[in-house]
Amino acid sequence: MTDQNHLLQFLLRQGDNALILSHRVSEWCGHSPILEEDIALANTALDLIGQTQMWLGYAAEVQAEGKSADDLAFLRDAWDFRNILLVELPNGDFGRTLLRQFLFDAHQSVLMGRLIKSSDDTVAAIAAKASKEVAYHVERSADTVVGLGDGTAESHERMQAALDYLWPYVGEMFTSDDTDTAMAIAGIAPEPSTLRDEFHALVTRVLTDATLTIPGGRFSHKGGRTGEMHTEHLGHLLATMQWLQRAYPGCEW
Amino acid sequence: MYAQMIKTANSGVKPREEMSDQERAFQDKIDADIKIEPRDWMPDDYRRTLIRQIGQHAHSEVVGQLPEGNWITRAPTLERKMILLAKVQDEAGHGLYLYSAAETLGESRDELVRLLHEGRMKYSSIFNYPTLNWADIGAVGWLVDGAAIVNQVALQRTSYGPYSRAMVRICKEESFHARQGYHAMMKMAFGSPAQKKMAQDALNRLWFPSIMMFGPSDSESTHSEQSMAWKIKVKSNDELRQQYIDQTVPQIEYLGLDLPDPGLKWNAERGHYDFSEPDWSELFDVIKGNGPCNTDRMNARVKAWDDGQWVRDGLMAHARKKAARQHAAE
Ligand SMILES: [Fe+2]
Ligand SMILES: [Fe+2]
Ligand SMILES: [Fe+2]
Repeated sequence: MTDQNHLLQFLLRQGDNALILSHRVSEWCGHSPILEEDIALANTALDLIGQTQMWLGYAAEVQAEGKSADDLAFLRDAWDFRNILLVELPNGDFGRTLLRQFLFDAHQSVLMGRLIKSSDDTVAAIAAKASKEVAYHVERSADTVVGLGDGTAESHERMQAALDYLWPYVGEMFTSDDTDTAMAIAGIAPEPSTLRDEFHALVTRVLTDATLTIPGGRFSHKGGRTGEMHTEHLGHLLATMQWLQRAYPGCEW
Repeated sequence: MYAQMIKTANSGVKPREEMSDQERAFQDKIDADIKIEPRDWMPDDYRRTLIRQIGQHAHSEVVGQLPEGNWITRAPTLERKMILLAKVQDEAGHGLYLYSAAETLGESRDELVRLLHEGRMKYSSIFNYPTLNWADIGAVGWLVDGAAIVNQVALQRTSYGPYSRAMVRICKEESFHARQGYHAMMKMAFGSPAQKKMAQDALNRLWFPSIMMFGPSDSESTHSEQSMAWKIKVKSNDELRQQYIDQTVPQIEYLGLDLPDPGLKWNAERGHYDFSEPDWSELFDVIKGNGPCNTDRMNARVKAWDDGQWVRDGLMAHARKKAARQHAAE
């Protein structure tokens, strides 16, 4: 793979994570436990779409095939998506959605801290903008995870069940392939595995406050960020998201 | 509008000679356009009528998230998705300000929500109509927010201070929504034949429901007079409806869409558009709970509330534990 191609893969991974998670979060709109959460979740979804526009916009530029961020979002099939499996999983209950958000935010906060020093100016600029949003997201999602983990017996039980379900999807964030190595060599992005300690420290601190127990198993699902094998859920998500663009191609909206 | 057919708590306008000194002083303030503030004395009926009106308005903003939220995951571009999400987020924010305004009258948000979920309070009839194609999202912004603005601009002059100030703040955002909705509609009306068909379909379906948002005609509207005397209501249903129609017809023409009502004709003598009488029995059906989406909307709201109980309980329990720990540490 050429360097440009590695960069494109890297950008798609960032953009697709933001796009797919934004979709999931936006599914809560009007259905959350309390009005303040409707507003907060819409806000998170909005920030993530803003980030999607930046990452996929740059990806389209690097790809140099005359495509736009919208083309990449709405006209690729599941096998071309490069998001981690974690973000495409169905929302489950509110607790699972917020715990997933926290795990994602925690990783993003560590990653963005590195990417602001990227050798690629555009990547550094996107990260600088995103990192402000991510700092806010992680604070909020961490607070909610602590509140629900250390709340009632029922909320604790639900949060533990959510953690048990989600934990096997965390490892994928730290897997590495040729693209990651190429990014690291070029100084564009760190090797994912180098983020693990910082991530673990943050997550352990919050989950301890939340009185939750990190599951022991070391197994992790993967295949999303390489595109080798997504979950069955992604196809349904894309069927919804891409329907108008597919059914009425070439329109301006 | 967002508050339709609000029953004034008492019947008829109280004549001045029957008023107590307190009531007379209150009415004098209103007549002099002095705002009533939360700590001021007010008649119980004034308070109750306002709670009902502000509560219904708040519920409308909240339930109004659903028909628009219906298209967030299907929005055709990233930008449209952002615009729609931001709009729906604003509507939830309007719900919050309005519940706070009701709280200044001594009614809690939880209580109002309980009354809504028990079917004892209403929200605007318009949100019981479905959003069936993407152009509905443009049409809702343009027509529904447009109609809301006509009503709410008038309500900026309403006598209750917190409600009036909430309206000023909300109107700014509603105008933005209406402009964005019209812009989305332009893309559709000037787009491909399929897009134009969606635009026409949306307009045809939403037109009469939008003009019925102002409530029944004045001759049928029994509880308006006291509300007008108290300046809880500032203009009559028919006045507001006419104003909305007059401003909207030229916008339909600009889009090149067919008029949704063959009765829409400029009447030079009146200086207004004539229009066909809406099917009022439909409005009464919708208000009684028999609109196309009443059951779905209420089920969705009740489900969200019930499913969220453990979350609210959990967060409250945590806040109590935290406070107790802080207390113990001091
Ligand atoms: Fe609103
Ligand atoms: Fe509205
Ligand atoms: Fe609005």
